[in-house]
Amino acid sequence: MARVLSFTIVLGTAVTVILFWRRVWWFPPNISTQGAGVDREFGLTLLVTGILFVAAQLILAYCIGRGRKSGRAAYNTGNLRMEVARAVLAAATFIGLALSSYRTWARMYFIGAPRNALRIQVEAEQFAYWFRYPGPDGVFGPMHLRLVNDATGNYFGLDPTRDPASRDDIVTATLGIPENRPIELLLMSRDVIHSFYVPQLRIQQDIVPGMVIPIHFTATRTGDYEIVCTQLCGLGHYAMRAPLKVMKEPNFKKWLAKQAAEQ
Amino acid sequence: MTPTHSQAIPRKAARGFLRKYVFSTDHQIIGKQYYFLALFSALVAMLLSWLMRVHLAWPRLAIPGLGELSAAGAPNGMMTPEYYLSLLTMHGTLMIFFVLTTAPQSGFGNCFLPAQIGADEMAFPRLNMLSFWLTFTSLGALLSSFWARGGPATSGWTAYPPLSGLGSITGPGEGWGQSLWIISIALFCVGSLLGALNFITTTLDLRARGMTLMRMPLTAWAWFVTAILMLLSFAVLLAACVLLMLDRAAGTSFFIPAGLIVSGQMIQGHQGGSPLLWEHLFWFFGHPEVYIAILPAMGLTSHLLSCFARKPVFGYRAMVWATIAIGFLGFLVWGHHMFVSGMNPYSAFAFSVLTVVIAVPSAVKTFNWLGTLWGGRLRLTTAMLFALGFVSIFVSGGLSGIFLAEPPVDVQLHATYFVVAHFHLVMGMAAMFGIFSGTYFWFPKMFGRMMNETLGKIHFILTFIGAYCVFMPMYFLGMAGNVRRYAQFVDPYLQPLMPLHRFITVAALGLGAAQMIFVFNLFGSLFGGEKAGENPWEATTLEWVAASAGKDLVVYRGAYEYAVPGKEKDYVMQNAPDASGSRAEKGARDGNAN
Amino acid sequence: MATQTKLSVLEETRGGDGDGGNWGEGSRGRFGWDPGAALPVGLTGIWIAMASITMFFAAFTSAMVVRAGLGADWTRVALPHILYLNTAILLASSLTLELSKHCLKAGRAGQFSGWLFATAGLGIAFLAGQLDAWRELAARGVYLARNPACSFFYLLTAAHGIHLAGGLLALFYLVARHRRIAEGAIGGTALKVTTLYWHFMDILWLYLFLMLILWV
Repeated sequence: MARVLSFTIVLGTAVTVILFWRRVWWFPPNISTQGAGVDREFGLTLLVTGILFVAAQLILAYCIGRGRKSGRAAYNTGNLRMEVARAVLAAATFIGLALSSYRTWARMYFIGAPRNALRIQVEAEQFAYWFRYPGPDGVFGPMHLRLVNDATGNYFGLDPTRDPASRDDIVTATLGIPENRPIELLLMSRDVIHSFYVPQLRIQQDIVPGMVIPIHFTATRTGDYEIVCTQLCGLGHYAMRAPLKVMKEPNFKKWLAKQAAEQ
Repeated sequence: MTPTHSQAIPRKAARGFLRKYVFSTDHQIIGKQYYFLALFSALVAMLLSWLMRVHLAWPRLAIPGLGELSAAGAPNGMMTPEYYLSLLTMHGTLMIFFVLTTAPQSGFGNCFLPAQIGADEMAFPRLNMLSFWLTFTSLGALLSSFWARGGPATSGWTAYPPLSGLGSITGPGEGWGQSLWIISIALFCVGSLLGALNFITTTLDLRARGMTLMRMPLTAWAWFVTAILMLLSFAVLLAACVLLMLDRAAGTSFFIPAGLIVSGQMIQGHQGGSPLLWEHLFWFFGHPEVYIAILPAMGLTSHLLSCFARKPVFGYRAMVWATIAIGFLGFLVWGHHMFVSGMNPYSAFAFSVLTVVIAVPSAVKTFNWLGTLWGGRLRLTTAMLFALGFVSIFVSGGLSGIFLAEPPVDVQLHATYFVVAHFHLVMGMAAMFGIFSGTYFWFPKMFGRMMNETLGKIHFILTFIGAYCVFMPMYFLGMAGNVRRYAQFVDPYLQPLMPLHRFITVAALGLGAAQMIFVFNLFGSLFGGEKAGENPWEATTLEWVAASAGKDLVVYRGAYEYAVPGKEKDYVMQNAPDASGSRAEKGARDGNAN
Repeated sequence: MATQTKLSVLEETRGGDGDGGNWGEGSRGRFGWDPGAALPVGLTGIWIAMASITMFFAAFTSAMVVRAGLGADWTRVALPHILYLNTAILLASSLTLELSKHCLKAGRAGQFSGWLFATAGLGIAFLAGQLDAWRELAARGVYLARNPACSFFYLLTAAHGIHLAGGLLALFYLVARHRRIAEGAIGGTALKVTTLYWHFMDILWLYLFLMLILWV
């Protein structure tokens, strides 16, 4: 049994290392400016934890396979200096890792969006996302709860007859954004907690009813992606998603104009 | 009526079957009741996980028998998305509360905490009985929601409002099912609080002469610290449940914000509440709960590695302090469940640093387990195999916690299968390995017979390989952006991952099937096992002291005196008097000083 | 045998009032020690229970502070004046309980019983007073779900009331056995445990009342 178990542990460790090394299953490619920081942080942590993982499993396998076969075990009740040294080393390593993630986190959340950022409102409901662009005036018209009506397509409760700022607002079901321009999303929910997650953007943020949560990012690669909900929101949770379309600036302008025309 | 000299009364013989085995105040019977309650819950929860896994891998497959179980939840055996969420909620709740909290702490703890510290009963036996029956009622309330209108709750074991706070308008299962869930958890809280009170008092007051705190077995230490965690954290969960119930039933607005529109209907009467408040209260309980599940298994692993390596625990004091440190720090890190919740990002970073600090005592424990094994003479009993498996699985699950502790990395991995892999390995599987090793180890003491070792070894190797095959691939799923709690995978980007999902499902079916070997072995040995001796594992702690030694135990030494040079046998029991009188005297004095 | 002598000395120093049958039922003759005396598990238990109850109310009051800071919907409620009277009654009940305990120690059995009855009576008066405060608020149309501040008022007073009712039950238990306690036959630990818990309820109420004055 000793051999079976230590062999199993060594084999399992080897398979795990190979699967990580060859990147058989891996992150989708990063398409945002802060994503590189996330990926670098993941890689660094993987390196450190990987070494600890392999070391611990192999020592365990060794102890099982090579235990004493005769005589008594060694009478050893511990070694305080060694224990303290290892605890300090572990603390330094782990805290170092946590601190090394500071810059990426600060870039995501401590610093606000740049002034030239394109601001878009996101309204989540069971089980869809709606997006609102402020239009040429750059102002979001006020929202009126009473007017919210999915059947007539008034997802944000706008009243263009009374509020001039609402007249040029553009509401879409697709989040279209220009490439290489800072985007600020204002996340709002109408019913329960939802979440905004685009794996390629390396962004995930819960959308909490009663709060407006801003996030910002810059997409660096054009293409069609998916926004998915990651916070359990009810029976349609698994199917709650919206398309994300990253376009070159001129294409984005055209796309937005087309959306405005269809309102 | 009340004796003044109670050593004069023998323990009252229990009257009749009902008082002896059902409404018993005997800690051993209560421990076994908890154990079998947990075993039953684990089997139900495992069955639910099978149904979920099959549905995920083959969403169009009609599952035989499921249509009969719930006509609404699975018409013709085809699971609806809301029924999937019900099963998910029930699986999580059963496992976290009724298995991982119940078996290692209330089950084994009740059976062996008094025995290990040399007490012959818990401090409050009647309270103990009440704790069990509250837990039993709580389980009944939870399971009854399977037959409630709309089915069981669908909001997961975390029950975030407003989903859980508005009633059936947010979905079937959020009516009666969710109410029953809250009632069940509130009852469980009360039962656990009373149980914790009993454990702490017993440990503080009823230790045998000479049993100083620093001579207690690490299992007893783990039960003690776990009880403190339960005492403080379940009180907060109980308060949170009261608030949530008031929001649902009395129209208050603790967690429900103003101006909600659900399914096109405006929600009236609520104003200004905060869902984040629930998240804070819940995780203030939720994170210590993780340690409530794992600390007893950690203690047991230390205990067994020493016993079966025939070697003292490496760094006993460090182990004790690590346990205490985990217990203390466990209350300071709840925010790491909320990095993407909309919480203040500055406090998120503070939580991140505190979270990696809690990894240090866990690392110390792992070092010391390996240190205990190093140079040992291993006896690979099934109990020992599961303890070794625990170390391996704990490392594989625990290290991924470092990723999730770093906020920017968590942003990418939060709510994906990476997290599912992490907590199933480090808390679920590791604690299950603890429960298994405890069962194989203490079965002879609990039932007077030995379990079959051959079946045990087959069970171990299948469980060990199965656990890795089921949960390691989930790390890769999570890295690929596979979101958890999805009833089906309809997104195009998830389709390439389906083969991996099918592999996991097949492995899960195999892992579950292997548990039948355990059930068969358990019940088979219960009636047909080989009769056990007084101390079959040649262990040192007091639960293995022969009954003939009498009740008047005196403890002379620490719990892990294996391979002591110059001794006749390779182990010295805690109650074995020392040849030199001076040491015995010191021990007795220490015992009273505490 | 040096050990044995030493132990017996220690036992004597830990001796107490020789009870434990009712509260310390688990400690049956632990190693020849008189259980209630040497190891009053009831006393340890009540300290631990108080720690847990503290956490329970800490959760409620921290939720209150957070909730009050959240939004404009926090409307303050004028607290009923009877709460001040109730507070005085509860403080007085702690005093009478101490007096009762003191008389028992001094061997004045009659006065012991009298103060004990007075304590239970004051406890009932406090609960009745709290109910009256509720009635007054209800008469003003201030119900549980009117706004978050009144939700917390009802919640905290109710939770405290339930816990205090538990203490009242313990007092009734003592009242029912006051003669035998006075004789010194039983109840030493029970009296200590109840006193401790009753004072705790007192301090808890002062804390909650302060929180109510500051936030509600």
